[in-house]
Amino acid sequence: MYDIYALARGPLAWGAFIVFFGGIIYRLAAILLEARKKDHVVYAYFSPYYAMRSMLHWIVPFGSRSMRQQPILTTVTFAFHICLIGVPLFLFAHIILFKESFDISWWTLSGMAAQVMTVIVLLSCVYFFVRRIVQPDVRYLSSTADYLILLLVVLPFATGFWAARGWAGFEIATLLHMLSGELLLALIPFTKLSHMFFFPLTRIYAGSEFGAVRNAKDW
Amino acid sequence: MATTEPKANDEPIVLDDAIIEGAEKLSEEDIAQVINDMIRTEGGARFKAYLNTCMSCGYCSGACHYYLSRDKEPRLAPAAKVKQTLGEFVRKKGRVSRETLMRSCEIAFTDCNLCRRCMMYCPFGIDVAFLMLFVRRVCHKLGVVPRYIQDTAHSHSATMNQMWVQEDEWIDTLQWQEDEARDEIPDLRIPLEKEGADVYYSVIGPEPKFRAQLIYQAAVLMHAAGIDWTMTEFPGWDNSDMCMYTGDIEMTARLKKVHFESALRLRSKRIVMGECGHAFRSVYDVGNRFLGWKMPPIEVVHAVAFYDELLAEGRLKIARKFERPVTFHDPCNIVRGQGLHEKARSVVRQSCETFIEMEPNREHNFCCCAGGGVINCGPPYKNKRVKSNRVKAEQLMAAREKGAEVVIAPCHNCHGGLEDIIHHYKIDIEIKFLIDILFECMEK
Amino acid sequence: MKSMEEWDWAPGKKIVADLEKWQSGYAAVEEPYVSPDGEKIAAIVKTEEESYTVCVNGTPWEKTFDKVWSLRFSPDNRAAALVSDTAEWSVAVDGATWENWFEFVWNMQFSKANSAIAVAAQNARSYFAVLDDTPWETGFSSMNNLTVSRNGETLAAVVQTTAVKEGDINAFQKGCFSVAVNGVAWKNAFVNAWEIDINPDNRLVAVEVRHSLYDYSIAINDEMWPSSFSAIWRPRFNPVDNSVTAPVKSAGEWCLAKDGELFWERRYSQLWHHFYSTDGKSIAAVVAPTYGKWTIAENDTPWDLTFKELVMDAVYSPDNRHIACLGKTDGKWYVALDGKAWPTPFDRAWPPVFSPRGEDVAVKVEIDGKYAIAVNGKLLDIPFAVAWNPVFSPDGKKLLVKGIGTGKDEGKYCRHILETESLPRK
Ligand code: SF4
Ligand code: SF4
Ligand code: SF4
Repeated sequence: MYDIYALARGPLAWGAFIVFFGGIIYRLAAILLEARKKDHVVYAYFSPYYAMRSMLHWIVPFGSRSMRQQPILTTVTFAFHICLIGVPLFLFAHIILFKESFDISWWTLSGMAAQVMTVIVLLSCVYFFVRRIVQPDVRYLSSTADYLILLLVVLPFATGFWAARGWAGFEIATLLHMLSGELLLALIPFTKLSHMFFFPLTRIYAGSEFGAVRNAKDW
Repeated sequence: MATTEPKANDEPIVLDDAIIEGAEKLSEEDIAQVINDMIRTEGGARFKAYLNTCMSCGYCSGACHYYLSRDKEPRLAPAAKVKQTLGEFVRKKGRVSRETLMRSCEIAFTDCNLCRRCMMYCPFGIDVAFLMLFVRRVCHKLGVVPRYIQDTAHSHSATMNQMWVQEDEWIDTLQWQEDEARDEIPDLRIPLEKEGADVYYSVIGPEPKFRAQLIYQAAVLMHAAGIDWTMTEFPGWDNSDMCMYTGDIEMTARLKKVHFESALRLRSKRIVMGECGHAFRSVYDVGNRFLGWKMPPIEVVHAVAFYDELLAEGRLKIARKFERPVTFHDPCNIVRGQGLHEKARSVVRQSCETFIEMEPNREHNFCCCAGGGVINCGPPYKNKRVKSNRVKAEQLMAAREKGAEVVIAPCHNCHGGLEDIIHHYKIDIEIKFLIDILFECMEK
Repeated sequence: MKSMEEWDWAPGKKIVADLEKWQSGYAAVEEPYVSPDGEKIAAIVKTEEESYTVCVNGTPWEKTFDKVWSLRFSPDNRAAALVSDTAEWSVAVDGATWENWFEFVWNMQFSKANSAIAVAAQNARSYFAVLDDTPWETGFSSMNNLTVSRNGETLAAVVQTTAVKEGDINAFQKGCFSVAVNGVAWKNAFVNAWEIDINPDNRLVAVEVRHSLYDYSIAINDEMWPSSFSAIWRPRFNPVDNSVTAPVKSAGEWCLAKDGELFWERRYSQLWHHFYSTDGKSIAAVVAPTYGKWTIAENDTPWDLTFKELVMDAVYSPDNRHIACLGKTDGKWYVALDGKAWPTPFDRAWPPVFSPRGEDVAVKVEIDGKYAIAVNGKLLDIPFAVAWNPVFSPDGKKLLVKGIGTGKDEGKYCRHILETESLPRK
């Protein structure tokens, strides 16, 4: 048991981070090089101003007409993403690990806040899941991968919550939490979760074309 | 888990004999080879990023008039069109059946106007129109294209215009319109091949063929505004382009080369084009790019912007405003395509007494469902086209209820599309070009 | 035909016609055209009787017509126009009409060397060409890309040899277009055929064709290159050895091909309008080495100088040692010579003209709404309201400048002969 824990705490964590960052760099480099060869328009029409303009409208909640048309989905989506990124990044228990390993630390969430946010992530996932099943167009669009990535996100948060609450079997939960978190991290660059770093790219392009060439809004 | 079959579609699976004939000639190997070649050579960064990034979130669904008009049929959601076509191509590594190919062809050609509205509703800015064009290009390469639009593409290739207009017929039409107009304004001219004229005026094939009065009106407007203008005697006069919509981009390139080079040969300062949406798209940010011209090598001005400029400079004066209340349909290709919505409104406000906005409007206006070559796929799809734009009918009816008696649409395709919608849904509203209004109201 | 040497090259300025006076004599005067030697200026005019004719140096043609259009001067200084009378059309040259009349005529062209006049014509929806009043014996259901050879002996055009019903896409794709040379069509038909080139001795005709919806090639005297490409532009004959080159697209990039094989090594984002030196030893072309950057490549080596919007009107000097062209960047027109641009740009510019030995370049330009002639980068101090392209004398010692003046010369068409020695030097 302790061995596996050590493995998860050490080499696997390292591995996950390396795959995560390495994967992102690899995917980004590949797509940017590919654009050089086959999609020169992406560079030719790049406009920093309009790219930023477009980005801003789409990272501010309700910044686009599309988001305003679906208020519940938009609220859940923003709450979900904020918590999804916020919790792992500012969780006291995580910072401690960084402190131990690298002697670096930063601001942390209170335990209570982290738990509330975790619940938000989990409830959002439930919402997404139900929506995928209930809403006909989304149901039609959804493929197995869409459901699997939901599960991928749920696992570390559910186990993390369990561990944090100290419920029965929390040691196992902690271990599962670490393993599933590492799995999530390592898979981000290679699944649809890569939308996290493709988002800026597609928006930069859309914003540049719409703004600089076509003189129109894209939100 | 995952997908369920959508509810039965009320359309027969394939309507077009040319699609069936084309597909019958192909084996699955042929299909796979072309699809994979295309993905390898032309499926670049955008193609991959879009396909990888779509989160199947459905934000785009409500953007599409097909989806909204057809009772939220899931298969008509923009992302669903991608899933059924390219999604299958990629998932099956190109080895799709003829049926899938034929369905893909119909989806890409007749269930999408390439209007880019959904791109504005997707958090990632995924350009479904771009992806549908990719499907169309695959269909072109496989020879599986709806008959009517393929015939139009043939006309383009043989005559450099959309309507099989022969060289002499074009000149004859201009001279005929010049004669007609001289009854009204004796010293009016339609100057042909006038080297060095400030403005090179170009139109689309259907103008000489069916709507010659538009050339007449343009000539009167140019005359009234004192514009030094010309038209070309030679092929190149037609700025339209259905090849961009069949996926024959090599032919698009040729058409645009002929068009631009005729304006450059006459050394005009700019090209002013008639009220057409898709032609503007082809000239402004599609055809020129295929040729390596980052921007058009000579300034292109859409009629709407030109009218606005003439009014602002006082070269064109309104004698009395158009009395009946009007509403305005924003054509996607000049609004999402070049942001001409405020200029259009300025022209409408200056020339009409009462202007009633349609909702939604400007960049958010719904497409007419004729664009993207859909109306050019011809009669087999007319019924579907009209049924797939109930939202446009509702939009028009709402404007009608607010009092609008006329809808102005500065785009040829929009006219065709809106006409059919007005007729089918029995809406009591008349459709006009902006120049119809100006012609009636300006000082001549 | 008076040779160029015989033109009046005596230095000085001559007022040929006062166009203001024309205005009062007619109901309307259209834009004027000027003969190559600058001795004549002509315009289509509307008479008080609602008919049309051509006024040359103030004197109208005797005959009047229902309509007159396409007034142009031939290289040998004759005024020609397309005219109609009682719904029939013909060509009028210096006031005299051809014997033949047609339902319609258009696309008037002159052969460069001997001023033969060619037009496209239509009778009863049958299309054919006419050369100096002699129509082709056969007509076709359509005709495009009429091309006249340098010495006017050969006329070639793309013709439709099989009629297709609108909507019959299968028949179209089998190939319905061919090339007719002096009225005789080739045996093979293509899906499409477009621009034509005719070799110097008139024996060979090359044309760009598409023989399926996807395969482009070149056909020479009815024989296609064995290879095909995904796109192609106009072919050109080498003036000396009759080999044929054409820009072709292969694997998504452009390259120059010769006799069916890829010829240049480099690949371009675009390559077109290639042209030969008179000795056939060099080929230059307008190219975009990368997307959105335009320049000239000579023998596959692009200039370092590039323009953002376009490059056009490129020419070799008569001695084949220099290349001049126009380039456009940010809406301004530049003249470029051998890879260097003249320092000041213009609002508009017309094709550069070399002196016979290639030492001088003269260009008609527009600047602030006025026209002028720029020589070797500097503007001549003769402002014009309207100007025509300048012409060097065959010995290169004189420059003919033609235009309608401004100020005290307003409305007056003047012909100036300048000594090249007095022109700004490079
Ligand atoms: S029709 Fe317009 S909104 Fe619908 S999928 Fe096509 S581009 Fe998107
Ligand atoms: S909105 Fe964008 S990400 Fe969402 S389903 Fe549509 S295309 Fe995909
Ligand atoms: S026809 Fe008009 S509304 Fe329809 S796609 Fe074209 S521009 Fe848009």
